[in-house]
Amino acid sequence: MSPPLERRDFLRAAALCGTAGALGGIASLSGCAVPDGSGDTTGMLRIGMAGGSTSDSLDPRTYVDWMPINIGYQLMNGLVEIDDQGRAVPELLESWEPQGDARVWTFTLRQGIVFHNGKSLTPEDVIYSLNLHRGHTPSAAQAVVENIVGLRKLDARRIEITLQGADAELPATLSDYRLLVVPDGFADWAHPIGTGAYTLEVFEPGVRCITRKVGGYWKPNAGHVEAIQVLGIGDAIARTNALISGQVDVINRIDGRTADLLRRNSRFQVIRSQTGQYAVFAMNCEAEPYAKADIRLALKYAIDRERLLKTLLNGYGMVGNDQPIPPNNPYFATDLARHAYDPDQARHHLRNAGREGLEVTLEVSDAAFFGALDAAILYQAAAKEAGITLNVRRRPADGYWSAVWMQAPFCGSYSDGRTTVDAAFAKAYKSTSASNETRWHRPEFDRLANLARGELDPARRRELYGVCQHMICDDGGALIPLFMDHIEAGSDKVRGWKPSAIYDLMGQRIGERVWLA
Amino acid sequence: MAGVTRLIAARVGMGLVTLVVISALLFFATDLLPGDVAAALLGPQATPEALATIRATLSLGDPAGMRYVHWLVGVLHGDFGRSLATGRSVVTVLLPRFANTLALAGLAALVSVPLALGLGLAAAMRPGGRLDRLVSTLCLVTISVPEFFIGYLLILIFSVQLGWLPSLAVLSGGMSFVQRLGAVTLPVITLVLVVLAHMLRMTRAALLSVMAAPYIETALLKGLRRRTVVLRHALPNAAAPIIAVIALNLGYLVVGVVVVEVVFVYPGAGQLMVDAVGKRDLPLVQACGLAFATTYVILNLIADVVAILVNPRLRAA
Repeated sequence: MSPPLERRDFLRAAALCGTAGALGGIASLSGCAVPDGSGDTTGMLRIGMAGGSTSDSLDPRTYVDWMPINIGYQLMNGLVEIDDQGRAVPELLESWEPQGDARVWTFTLRQGIVFHNGKSLTPEDVIYSLNLHRGHTPSAAQAVVENIVGLRKLDARRIEITLQGADAELPATLSDYRLLVVPDGFADWAHPIGTGAYTLEVFEPGVRCITRKVGGYWKPNAGHVEAIQVLGIGDAIARTNALISGQVDVINRIDGRTADLLRRNSRFQVIRSQTGQYAVFAMNCEAEPYAKADIRLALKYAIDRERLLKTLLNGYGMVGNDQPIPPNNPYFATDLARHAYDPDQARHHLRNAGREGLEVTLEVSDAAFFGALDAAILYQAAAKEAGITLNVRRRPADGYWSAVWMQAPFCGSYSDGRTTVDAAFAKAYKSTSASNETRWHRPEFDRLANLARGELDPARRRELYGVCQHMICDDGGALIPLFMDHIEAGSDKVRGWKPSAIYDLMGQRIGERVWLA
Repeated sequence: MAGVTRLIAARVGMGLVTLVVISALLFFATDLLPGDVAAALLGPQATPEALATIRATLSLGDPAGMRYVHWLVGVLHGDFGRSLATGRSVVTVLLPRFANTLALAGLAALVSVPLALGLGLAAAMRPGGRLDRLVSTLCLVTISVPEFFIGYLLILIFSVQLGWLPSLAVLSGGMSFVQRLGAVTLPVITLVLVVLAHMLRMTRAALLSVMAAPYIETALLKGLRRRTVVLRHALPNAAAPIIAVIALNLGYLVVGVVVVEVVFVYPGAGQLMVDAVGKRDLPLVQACGLAFATTYVILNLIADVVAILVNPRLRAA
């Protein structure tokens, strides 16, 4: 399982070889491995990004925000990589094989990998790095690996992972951005040692980070710039200004209106990724009146999703249908009932529940998702047509996730896209999930979802996941009005930049993937 | 002079009491906020086990009163503790950021105080004159526009349109003094515009109210030049309120500029404190709060002393 050479990349490399040959007379093949044609690493890539804080640390166990994650991927490598098509492809783990029922897996390490301190990569390093997140640990990734019950070295280049419940997509699960590899026993997180393309030069948490290229990076076709500077710029207007005035090359998290303005200028490029990030108004299925399925359906029919997509996101997104799998996912169930805006249908369900003239309170803050407050106000107006009085209660952004989320019976929330359907279900829909924000507990759903996770036959898995999506869509407490695109922008000098399959900035791996013209 | 010394000593004592009260207020107010550092660090996807592990490591289970006393004892021994979020020493985190804040505030003060005094004096020389009307209009404009808007406007003109100055005030080790000056020019101009009006109007108003006094009329009637009357007779008597307002604005330049820091991405102490509150990082919040409070106490102390020294009547008392 080695990454396939893309046809386009091959053609480009071939064309560049031709040019170099014509100009210089000599074109060595190795020089053509790098797509910028020169074979040199040049320039400093300057990234201005939201998602940094003074409390950031480079310890992968602490990664919950995007700036440290981006820097982490510059310094260290993961076990498995997600390519721009969303497929799990090898990184430090070169190949894998499930045994029988996908409960026991064998992984083979890539050979000849060397850490920045000169040590060679061994199975012990991988096991140590995974164990950082297992058992008695402060790691934010504990939930990702809690399915792993056994982890052992088979020989000098293979490890075996034993799971509690079978997982046919374990490699994708192992692509989590916190599962980065450091040498066995390593603990000096102020100066991480990894196998990445860059080493740390300056790190001021939340403010600034500079990394520099190390010679002889093992990954082909990666690590094209000499140095990378990441600046933490929390304010969206300040980020845009920094790009326009030429102080940074790349910015993340811009809104639809800014994207449309930047598009008009040929000096800039706008990259739009449909990664399955969604907004949700979560109803507590154990609290009145949301415990009644008819009330949940009435509220789902009373929101005008098309209008939200147009006014809130300027069209940069997709209409959601109250279940977490986006339409561009291969496992998306195409035959779901559409919850389009339909006041009559909403009234019908209210009558069924005997609650005409329903009055509910929705608690939101812009911390929940981009434009959550505006979305709630638009919802309020639409719901009025269905005879529903929707009170919008604005709550402070600070402390929202402690004081409102999972506390208020009807409140705003969001989720990033997930690498697998199972991860999306496990986050908020399985009974066992600590963040089951709708308190929707259906043993039948849990059973089907776990069955699908262990199913090695893709067709059968798709069928089972389809049933699961029906259950969430028809019965669940999550009102998912929108899938929101990630929009990022940059100078036209940045080349090799593609939309992300997961998260943004090429899955936060932009540092080793792009080059400067 | 003994009176002045006693006065300073009394003020320093009161300042210390103020700081202790503020530290208690800060500690217990932050403690009332929903969530703790563990929840803030791990975000919405935290597992209960991971939360428990962090809480146990940081002894967050102890009662708030006990944690406060521990902290206070530490501070009295010169130990501000470690950041709960990163484990780094609070002093090493805070010092460079606070130095940045002081540098920005100092530059803004160097420009704004002489400018405000000069323009205020000039306006008071001829109330209703052309200069007075121009200055008054300028004041009204800058005082009515919020500071982030002034910042964005300056960026739009000088960074985006003209390309003369950077929109990001990013400082780094390798920069020369001139480069640093260039980087902070726009935030300094913004701050100057924000604090100028208040000081300028107070200078003008205080002077004019003194100018209405009978002894000024006497001075004018005996044939002194208006300029001499303003500078020699009116200004010393108008100094106290002017100095108080200057101290207030200097304090604001240090503690109230977080919005300007955000607009220009300037790594100052304001943003640090906002981050620390967001992460419920109590030792860091405490240290920032104390640094800010100390600034205010010291500035007010200086203002009181200077006001007494420039006014012979107060000096005698």
